Amino acid sequence: MKTVMTDVLVIGGGLAGLRVAIAARKRGHDAIVLSLVPPKRSHSAAAQGGMQASLANVTKGIGDNEDIHFEDTVRGSDWGADQIVARMFVNTAPKAVRELAAWGIPWSRVRGGDREVIINEQKVMLTERAEAHGLVAQRDFGGTKKWRTCYVSDGTGHAMLFTVSDQAIHHGVTVHERTEALALIHDGERCYGAVVRDLITGELTAYLAKATAITTGGAGRLYRVTTNAVICEGMGHALALETGVAPVGNMEAVQFHPTGIFPAGILVTEGCRGDGGLLRDVNGERFMPHYEPEKKELASRDVVSRRMEEHIRSGNGVPSRFGSHLWLDITLLGRHHIEHNLREVKEICQYFLGIDPCDKWIPVRPAQHYTMGGVRTDHTGQSPWLKGLFAAGEAACWDMHGFNRLGGNSVAETVVAGMIVGEFIADFCDKPENAAPVPLTLAHEFVKREEAKLAAILENNGNESPIRLQMEMQEAMTSHVGIFRQGDALQTGVETLQNLLKRSASMAVSSKSRGANPELVAAYRMRRMLKLALAIAQGAYLRTESRGAHFREDFPQRNDEQWLKRTLAFWPGEDADMPRFEYEALDVMKMELPPGWRGYGAKNYINHPDTERREQEVNAIRAKMEGQSRFAVQEALMPYTHNLPASLTGRNERIDEPLETLK
Amino acid sequence: MSGNNNITRPQHRQLRFQVLRYDPATPAVPPRMQAYQIEEADGMTLFIALNEIREHLDPTLQFDFVCRAGICGSCAMMINGRPRLACRTLVRDLPDEITLAPLPFFELIKDLSVNTGKWMRGMSERLQTWLHTQEGAPEADIRRIEERMEPELAEQIYELDRCLECGCCVAACGTAQMREDFVGAVGFGKVARFRLDPRDSRTDEDFYELIGDDTGVFGCMSLLACHDVCPKSLPLQTQIAFLRRKMAVMGLKGAS
Repeated sequence: MKTVMTDVLVIGGGLAGLRVAIAARKRGHDAIVLSLVPPKRSHSAAAQGGMQASLANVTKGIGDNEDIHFEDTVRGSDWGADQIVARMFVNTAPKAVRELAAWGIPWSRVRGGDREVIINEQKVMLTERAEAHGLVAQRDFGGTKKWRTCYVSDGTGHAMLFTVSDQAIHHGVTVHERTEALALIHDGERCYGAVVRDLITGELTAYLAKATAITTGGAGRLYRVTTNAVICEGMGHALALETGVAPVGNMEAVQFHPTGIFPAGILVTEGCRGDGGLLRDVNGERFMPHYEPEKKELASRDVVSRRMEEHIRSGNGVPSRFGSHLWLDITLLGRHHIEHNLREVKEICQYFLGIDPCDKWIPVRPAQHYTMGGVRTDHTGQSPWLKGLFAAGEAACWDMHGFNRLGGNSVAETVVAGMIVGEFIADFCDKPENAAPVPLTLAHEFVKREEAKLAAILENNGNESPIRLQMEMQEAMTSHVGIFRQGDALQTGVETLQNLLKRSASMAVSSKSRGANPELVAAYRMRRMLKLALAIAQGAYLRTESRGAHFREDFPQRNDEQWLKRTLAFWPGEDADMPRFEYEALDVMKMELPPGWRGYGAKNYINHPDTERREQEVNAIRAKMEGQSRFAVQEALMPYTHNLPASLTGRNERIDEPLETLK
Repeated sequence: MSGNNNITRPQHRQLRFQVLRYDPATPAVPPRMQAYQIEEADGMTLFIALNEIREHLDPTLQFDFVCRAGICGSCAMMINGRPRLACRTLVRDLPDEITLAPLPFFELIKDLSVNTGKWMRGMSERLQTWLHTQEGAPEADIRRIEERMEPELAEQIYELDRCLECGCCVAACGTAQMREDFVGAVGFGKVARFRLDPRDSRTDEDFYELIGDDTGVFGCMSLLACHDVCPKSLPLQTQIAFLRRKMAVMGLKGAS
């Protein structure tokens, strides 16, 4: 058996994984990143619009700070988020933008003086402050009170991924490209690494590490129409799930992005609406103000996507041979703006639709976009069930997004979680007691087990094709576990998935090659995808309420009394056909922001019995501390700074808040 | 009415693909062209077409797609003799006969899949494609307001930063056909990007050390196919010409 030893094994070469690896390297630990593709090809590159950080440089961001970013994030999550983690995140986001600026990212910058922008169909003159000239600029995004999204034109993710990837090279991070982890090596209590397949030669190797981090991004490819890259199949989620010990959390929380181009599902950024673009229906009418008078096109994504589908259902969609769609109109932004700030959007329209969005409307319809659920971790990024297993970014349920993630908070999470979790991983590796003994016998068993699974697929003479099963799964998820959910349909979806899981035992492949073999890859991923799909579908069926992106037509209210809790799904064993579910209650009495109305969407919820009491407490603390600094008030409501790595506890300077004054 | 109106064109063409097949793991089987035929569909890209071939005709065909939206650079291949991103190539812009081959120059993995990642990492290590700070300079205090930059300059840097490292420029390069150690337009684009960035402490002497020879700018024969095939329309022609002038000046200084 071939073995590779390292300190930190990072599974996934996108922004989160690379930033984790850099943190480990800077603290003197070795790190190996496993990546299905060259890291610069990772799906992080697809983030167009930007990353939220409360820098408050632009005029429309004046007054912004961590408190407002925190509240927007928690409201966006529909109170599903871990508020301690959300606090850790908002305090680190400005530092992440500034670190990346120092690493060379060409953030779009503020130009002092007057500029014309489009807000709510009106041309508005904004005056940017002279003292902000040359600082990192922010644009408007959905679900935010201030303009907070820092950006590099509309290629933010690309610029971030290339810069961070090159920093990883600079810091000597080893990357093993075109490799895939098939299973975690563990004894039920401690994770020791992973069994890894070389996607070119097919060879299996045991990678053994003190700490193993899952940073594999999302699982959009469980759905037929998704903005996700083809590699986003949830395989990191499945690694944890298949241990039987480490659960995935909140898998039923699936985000649909309002503006996937129709019908291909390729993303056009929320920046289009942030910069003033409008949604229009078959009559060319703007319809969002009718549903959401306050935030209009810029309510949170779950709300806008539902309103769009609702509008299509009531007969206002644009018919086409592929089904109905709506229009995204950015023509009013003008050619200069589009060619400078939305150039990827322009290219996508040109190459995939053959239209110029400066003159023509873009056909759009909501498409699966983001997986809020993930490997459940504590605030350090470690799984409380499996020591030495960490997760960060979209693959994790850390859990700052709860049941709906705000636009601009995902690339932000990748680097912020990379910084924070990376420090905790380094701390973990520093401890002598974590220099785990090398469990070669155990590793050998795990390699043998994976070899046997592959052999079983190669030798199978059954009549099922992995590609056909995958298409049926995607169809079932899209039809039954989509934007609008309903008990009967979910049950049908679950049964379909269980049946597919049964049929997957008869998958056969036509080429028996153990090396580069796309059909073999599809086959061994298939069962893992189905297990994950079941965690989503059954989790959605059991959750008899509506929260964030999870919307039950038969239970339209958010029910804090019964459902203010996180779903945990465990896979009981190879022969099982359903995950086991447990729930983790959120403690209202510890919340800085007790549950309430989000400020957009339906005002329709059942209170938790503690909510009123906690509200009174919070109000009393605020009243008692009037006149004290916002930091002191925050500390009294929900202390969190002790949860941050020491190197990241500092305050964040702004034009109106010099560092020396922040006490 | 002219009779032409009565001619009903078949709604969709039959597309005939010729795809280069070869697996270096089984060298006994020589490289060959394999034919596939599928029906065109509305809005069909080569991403859709190749997946259809794999789903219905040949599950063993190896190719690389990741984003399928023209932003990750994974799917560069020779399409009727020209390096392009397959995912954003609409078949309606191609003739009935479509010939696909892997990018030349890069290590072949199998069929249409080549190892651009390995070569690009080597290029990054060699040209040190990260921001350099003065030796001994303290790390930025990330609690403090960031350094300022002129908005126009940030935009100019981003213009060069848009490179996908897809490999089209190197596949189209005359010099790269002759010398394996040539850094290619992708490398020049990187140097130009960091040279433009005032946050990078490297001088022209430092850049001369990296590209001031025949494996660098002086190897370029100015055929500039790189410029023509770049999927992001990077201004490679002007950047290479500019670098050559700057590096020639450095060379003359060194000689005197």
